[in-house]
Amino acid sequence: MGKRIEFTLNHQKVSLETDPLRRLLDVLREDFELTGPKEGCGEGECGACSVLLNGRLVNSCLIAVGTIEGQEITTIEGYRDSERFKVLDQAFADAGAVQCGFCIPGMIMAAEALLRKNSKPSEMEIREGISGNLCRCTGYGMIVEAIQLAAERGAGLW
Amino acid sequence: MSADINIPVQKVDHREKVTGEAAYVADIKLPGMLYAKTLRSEKARAWIKAIHRPELPEGYFIVDHSDIPGQNRVKIVINDQPFFAEDRVNYIGEPILLVVGPEKQILLEIMAQIRVDYQDIPPILTMEDAETPDFQPIFEDKKYFADYQITKGNQEAGFAQGKFIFEEEFTTGYQEQLYLEPQGVIGVYENNQITVYGSIQCPYYVRDALMQAFGWGSERVKVVQTTLGGAFGGKEDYPSLIGGQVAVAAYKTGKPVQLIFDRSEDLEVTTKRHPAVIRLRSAVDENFKITALQADIRYNAGAYCGLSNVVLQRGMFNIAGVYQIPNIEVRGRTVATNTVPNGAFRGFGAPQAIFAIEMLMQIMAQKLDLDPLEFKMKHLVQKGELTITSGTFRQEVKLPELIAAVDQISDYRRKTNEFRSSKEKALKGIGMSLFLHGCGFTGSGERDFIKSQVKLRKLPDGKVEILAANTDMGQGLKTTLRKIVANSLDLPIESIIYQNPDTTLVPNSGPTVASRTVMIVGKLLEEAALKLKPRLNEPGEVEVVENYRHPLDMQWDDATFRGDAYPAFSWGVNAVEVEVDPRTYEVQIKGIWSAFDVGKAIDDRIMRGQIEGGILQGLGFGCLEKMECRQGKIQQRSVTDYIIPTAMDSVKMEHRLIDNLYADGPFGAKGAGELTLIGGAPALAAAVSNALGVPIHRLPITPEYLMEVVKNGKAD
Repeated sequence: MGKRIEFTLNHQKVSLETDPLRRLLDVLREDFELTGPKEGCGEGECGACSVLLNGRLVNSCLIAVGTIEGQEITTIEGYRDSERFKVLDQAFADAGAVQCGFCIPGMIMAAEALLRKNSKPSEMEIREGISGNLCRCTGYGMIVEAIQLAAERGAGLW
Repeated sequence: MSADINIPVQKVDHREKVTGEAAYVADIKLPGMLYAKTLRSEKARAWIKAIHRPELPEGYFIVDHSDIPGQNRVKIVINDQPFFAEDRVNYIGEPILLVVGPEKQILLEIMAQIRVDYQDIPPILTMEDAETPDFQPIFEDKKYFADYQITKGNQEAGFAQGKFIFEEEFTTGYQEQLYLEPQGVIGVYENNQITVYGSIQCPYYVRDALMQAFGWGSERVKVVQTTLGGAFGGKEDYPSLIGGQVAVAAYKTGKPVQLIFDRSEDLEVTTKRHPAVIRLRSAVDENFKITALQADIRYNAGAYCGLSNVVLQRGMFNIAGVYQIPNIEVRGRTVATNTVPNGAFRGFGAPQAIFAIEMLMQIMAQKLDLDPLEFKMKHLVQKGELTITSGTFRQEVKLPELIAAVDQISDYRRKTNEFRSSKEKALKGIGMSLFLHGCGFTGSGERDFIKSQVKLRKLPDGKVEILAANTDMGQGLKTTLRKIVANSLDLPIESIIYQNPDTTLVPNSGPTVASRTVMIVGKLLEEAALKLKPRLNEPGEVEVVENYRHPLDMQWDDATFRGDAYPAFSWGVNAVEVEVDPRTYEVQIKGIWSAFDVGKAIDDRIMRGQIEGGILQGLGFGCLEKMECRQGKIQQRSVTDYIIPTAMDSVKMEHRLIDNLYADGPFGAKGAGELTLIGGAPALAAAVSNALGVPIHRLPITPEYLMEVVKNGKAD
């Protein structure tokens, strides 16, 4: 039942032997102790477990680890040292976008995935871009503003 | 310094949260830690005849009521709820036992092998069932956990003066807090002491529950809050139940035990906002003045009392809204049913009541052919007048300014006229809600029950530590309390320390509930800081203590509910604009505007976060969030089925704050957190009512409901 799986995790090649049906979220949190991705619903609805798979936003609770052989996974831990993160970090602070914080690592990954595709998104495009990430605290307005602010300040970075 | 306390600062916990470094309870892994899963009742009401347990592999345990060293009752208000069911179950999902061990997969396998033999008892599934004589009551020999009455003026005389009599019934559904972080706790037993870590709103409530579960003194019990991923009232009383369970499991196994809920479990078995049925009768005289109001309020409490009676009280005290009505009679009941126990949720009984009175005001105005806002404005309470409990509104009531502010930013009056006279059938509407929130605990609660104490400790290095038991659940308390102390001491905010509370290290400054913390605890900290200030240069450690003192002019009689129910009130006005699809009856929100009097905001940006988050939760309650209980079982058990607003369901909001300094709050601040939720649903309902030209009697306003109302004039 165990299978050897190799993939790139936060810019480093990793390898582990495990049940290929395990959820990527559990492998990240339990085997690699990366607790930035959170479990909010376990069914791909809330986005708290969002990570990048080859630069695309995915819910890590819906992905069987066996399917990511040879692929590239980035979590908040592998993103938070980047220049782009610094811009998002400051924009989220200045917009007051963080309350309880549970959705935020996923929200940051959603912002990165959005800005990567569209470096100058409109308000509606931002709302659409984060519509798979639930937040129960903020009413979203300050998160939308934070991403707008990051897009302006980070011109050229994305 | 103090005049500009509202200028925003960066939240002190921003960095750890944005980087993903903050440790929530599910992120904590202790050496040798075991995991727990809960075996739950599948019956709404039954005797437990036998429990067949499989043989357990080594290192696995079953923990049930027989393992509890002290009393198998969760200490909340009355001692009716067991940690683990004994000989009977009273709702689907009631915990019976925990299976504990090192591998989560094996826990599930063990759970699947446990068989419970039940003997059914006819369950009370609805509030209507409870009224029939066919059932044995759940709670002693009573149908209700509480049956309260309040009276103001003379009801008969009030109705005698009436020329127009109105009678309407309003119903509201469940609302689930849906904090993004599910419930979770960890129990540890070492050195003869029990410790519970967890996503806990009120650490001292859990401590008291543990003391009762173990029969131990406070020196053997410790509770520590971990970073809270949202709470909204949902982690006020519930952690006392599961905190007790993991503590007993840790005591039995000698190892740390972690219990983290699945979302489906959390949706199905944790406390929610009470479904309500509210009947209102009112009288209006020939001058279009309301002369009397009679209210019959029923909240579905579920199978155990929990906080329901206190929730009901707040519902009753809000039933006249912001309106001066001379003669009022209110009956309120918490009905015991074999359904999941309900509890605290931001607003705490007020959102149901304010929806009912706001809709009644709208319906009365429309039937009398008056403009709803003008009719409301004719009845606004004013300073010096009596509250519903015959206390006094002591502060200036700035509702006219709040209404003017919202009218200006939303263009409410012009749009009202435009939409009314519009010939096109785009079904546009705008609605306005007026509301208030009593800040802090009811009546003499702070004096007789909470008895808050805070400490400030100047450390040898010059930093000052706040010692208080209140929790930051996202609302920004770590920042606002630090700001209050820093501003009072003329120190930078970086010089103030405030750790997550540990009950063995901090005094009991009371629970983080009831929009009390900034106002009550913040004031105590401001006073402590003023005492400490002249001593800042003393060498070594300096500690000052501050105890709550009740305002001398506040009178309250708990037996009759007469007097000042709250020391102060915060006020709000919301406007919501909608467009209703004429074919599908789907409601689309086009605009959201608001104005609030919270005394003084301690931080404008944090306040904005409270406003926008609170309003959207209120709008979710108003039109999206539908949860039903059928045959005792909650039907919406996933985030796919229970819909909360996404970024696409909201729009850019605009708000105004109007200062109205309150002498007994720090820097003039009153309560703010709950107020912001209350006005969303009634403003939305008014907008939909105006768009379709039909009265609204029910929340949530679903397309199915609207279709029925438009077709039949009302829904059944």
